[in-house]
Amino acid sequence: MRLILRVWRQKNADAEGAMSTYEVDGISSDMSFLEMLDTLNEELILRGEDPVAFDHDCREGICGACSLVINGDAHGPNGVSPARADSRAWGSTTTCQLHMRSFQDGDTIDIEPWRASAFPVIKDLVVDRSAFDRIIQAGGYITAPTGSAPDAHATPVPKPDADHAFEHAECIGCGACVAACPNGAAMLFTSAKVNHLNVLPQGAPERESRVLDMVAQMDEEGFGGCTLTGECATACPKGIPLFSITRMNREFVRAVGKGR
Amino acid sequence: MRGGGRATGGPTLWGSTVGKKTVMAVSGLIMLLYLVVHMIGNLKIFFGPGEFDHYAHWLRTVGEPFMHYGWTLWLVRVVLVVAVVAHATSAYQLSRRDIKARPTGYVHKKRRASYATRTMRWGGIILGLFLVWHLLDLTTGTVHSGFRPGHPYQNVVDTFSTWYGNVIYLLAMLALGLHVRHGFWSAAQSLGVGSRTRDRLLKTTANVLALVLTVGFVSVPVAVMTEVVS
Repeated sequence: MRLILRVWRQKNADAEGAMSTYEVDGISSDMSFLEMLDTLNEELILRGEDPVAFDHDCREGICGACSLVINGDAHGPNGVSPARADSRAWGSTTTCQLHMRSFQDGDTIDIEPWRASAFPVIKDLVVDRSAFDRIIQAGGYITAPTGSAPDAHATPVPKPDADHAFEHAECIGCGACVAACPNGAAMLFTSAKVNHLNVLPQGAPERESRVLDMVAQMDEEGFGGCTLTGECATACPKGIPLFSITRMNREFVRAVGKGR
Repeated sequence: MRGGGRATGGPTLWGSTVGKKTVMAVSGLIMLLYLVVHMIGNLKIFFGPGEFDHYAHWLRTVGEPFMHYGWTLWLVRVVLVVAVVAHATSAYQLSRRDIKARPTGYVHKKRRASYATRTMRWGGIILGLFLVWHLLDLTTGTVHSGFRPGHPYQNVVDTFSTWYGNVIYLLAMLALGLHVRHGFWSAAQSLGVGSRTRDRLLKTTANVLALVLTVGFVSVPVAVMTEVVS
């Protein structure tokens, strides 16, 4: 396959960036998207040019590092669905799990970084996502004595609650929700963390302060608000549903009502 | 722990993106309830000037003798003004914030959200401007030549006998339908009552409300244009 790539190049956080056009040849349809970029970078290095910087780590779809907006889609075209609440039915994926067979020979592909004021570009396609870490620090924890593990049956958890918590614990904090949201909102990410812990008895002591503190931190980081477009849930590689936001809103109103 | 420094209660609500959406949802639902009542009232125009003008007068006597003449109507007006101001202020502040949150847009643009979702902001502005015109036209009569206070039937027929009166009204009612379609469902999510199992019910209710309101309101100018009402 021969492809035309239009890639966002930006020397550093303070520099002005722009789209640069590259041509890559000899791409196998079995390559992953990141391997295709590796091929481009090898050529750039051989030519003595600066390789394209992009985030990647596990390359097996579980770490959430590979943050690329490909042709306007966070993580690329796989799993693009009409906006619908239950994205679980669609095979959304991370960039490392996107393969070149999703493209045609001769395609022009636009590659851009996550765009949000809370995710400043560090270089090229790499953005600083530490805003997410600070949201986690604000309430993504439980107060439990550390040391030896408690008996598995010490705290009974109803099966539906355990399922709900697990569904939300799947969030890998990749930031695709922020990248896809027209408002650059981190609602889906924050709601995944709030849902995960608030439904469990272990998370109950901080149930109110968790949602209030995490939402406060989310706002402080400069993320936008929710307008229920559903883009986040469509882009989420782990299928966190849009109703997580609904549930977080409920937890928020409840906590405000309790005066915490 | 950050808990100590955080404001509680009302300030938390007004001070956060999530809380402002709660305010928008509640104020929106208040306006929606009013619109349903307003639309049903408008339909009385089909039963002649006697019934329509009598209904308009009755609105001022609601609640008597507990309420003085006109008090109930003024109470409703005050609630509505508060709702409009709260809704618009939240929308303005949230929109400013949303635009600031994405200072650099994507080069490769993609449109996916539905038309109703994408037009919430402009639709809201159109509805706000319409509201001003509507009040100056049929409540105060400021922009209405030959306005006769106390004769709403004649005033309505006058308005819809002008081409601009019809154009403004029809456009605004289309904007209203779209706004309600996404707005009602969104309000349910903002208040936390949406869920997988309730989604179809909420979406259907939103669509039915949008359709019934638009058709109900639009039926009046259409009736005047086709001289069913004159």
